[in-house]
Amino acid sequence: MKIVVDEEKCVAAGQCVVAAMDVFDQRDEDGIVVLLNENPPPRLAGDVRQAAAVCPALAISIED
Amino acid sequence: MAETETAETRVPEYPGVRDGQCPFAPPAELLEQGKPLFQARIWDGSTPWIVTGHAAQREILSDPRVSVNEKLPGFPYPTQAMAETVDHRPLTIFNADGADHVRIRRMMTAPFTRNRMEKLRPAIQEFTDELIDRMLAGPNPADLTTALSLPLPSLMICELLGVPYADHGFFQEHATVAVKRDATAEESLAGMQALGGYLTQLLQTKMAEPGNDVLSDFAARVKAGELELPDATLLAMVLLIAGHETSANMITLGTAALLENPDQLELLRTTEDPAVVANAVEELLRYLTIPHLGQRRIALEDIEIAGETIRAGDGIIVSLPAGNWDPEAFPEPERLDLTRAARHHHAFAWGAHQCLGQQLARIELQVVYSTLYRRVPTLRLAVDRDELEFKGDSLAYGVYELPVTW
Repeated sequence: MKIVVDEEKCVAAGQCVVAAMDVFDQRDEDGIVVLLNENPPPRLAGDVRQAAAVCPALAISIED
Repeated sequence: MAETETAETRVPEYPGVRDGQCPFAPPAELLEQGKPLFQARIWDGSTPWIVTGHAAQREILSDPRVSVNEKLPGFPYPTQAMAETVDHRPLTIFNADGADHVRIRRMMTAPFTRNRMEKLRPAIQEFTDELIDRMLAGPNPADLTTALSLPLPSLMICELLGVPYADHGFFQEHATVAVKRDATAEESLAGMQALGGYLTQLLQTKMAEPGNDVLSDFAARVKAGELELPDATLLAMVLLIAGHETSANMITLGTAALLENPDQLELLRTTEDPAVVANAVEELLRYLTIPHLGQRRIALEDIEIAGETIRAGDGIIVSLPAGNWDPEAFPEPERLDLTRAARHHHAFAWGAHQCLGQQLARIELQVVYSTLYRRVPTLRLAVDRDELEFKGDSLAYGVYELPVTW
């Protein structure tokens, strides 16, 4: 699983952090997404898919 | 001719009227059109598109051909006062598209990150316990709205912004006018001016004596020349108003809904699992959908969606309550089920304009719902349900008062 985030699209809703806090964080200065791990282990796959699904800006894509 | 007249009379009215027997349900005519979008007549006689399907709402709210620019002719204003005051409203996160929206929003997002909100949890818990202590020590019955629902979000947004809570009566009054559907243009302008004057003064104070709060952050940006003082005032006003009524109504209305669903209330009262509480909050957000009058948009180009063509210049209203009661997305939507998967709800809307304060709201609600019913296990309505007065006239749905006893 490989994750790509689009900082331009990100609207800092924080949804990805709620869904998968081991994989996503937010920048202190403006809340924009920070990808902590672009190749998360399979045990986090469900959380990551959930994060992508609840991102209101569609800023997270997953390449399997 | 007769046929045209029949077709005319068949155009539904929006926003429609809720059934007094099911005050939590969206108006039936929104749910029973048999298609995810349709045209309906609004207060000014125009017939914008009403989008009720959950999937169609996602498409519309993330389509760059759909604009929030309320200055474009054909924009479906929620009220006459909003229409009459449009030229007085500067650019905010609510009416800016694209790059302008990104620029303004990113000046406001830092204080609301998930981690910063999580750090507020102990303070939210403390305020909640104090307010409940005070309610239990006072007269019984009490109005839950004034005892807990309004003061808690008010205290939190004051703390976050760095606004003295002692002034909350003043800005609560003006924040209420701002979301009242039948406010006149004069009332709403006067409210904005009073609030603006107050916040400008406070920002000037923070420029001289900064604290560790959002207004001080805005004040520093003004000092550094990154932001004009009137714009900083406006950002502060948006946060102050938005932080009030929405969470307050969720606390009051959520309690009313749970008291009608004792098995669900019991689940919340007995669980020790924060994940169960968090899920319950999502379901209550879905079920109640406080911002009930619809997200207003206008089409910039022709848009084909679900077999219909929205023409450039057509108004669009996305009915969030209807999307959250779409059986395709939430089977048996009329059932309050705190264990259902509900995180894809639209109570905070969807797309680039999704609620900025949602992580604050979530934590406030998680704390209140996991504390109030546990600490006051005999909590019940002090009046008949029929006597509750619902806020059909407000941009944020709720009840005016919730008399409770214990």
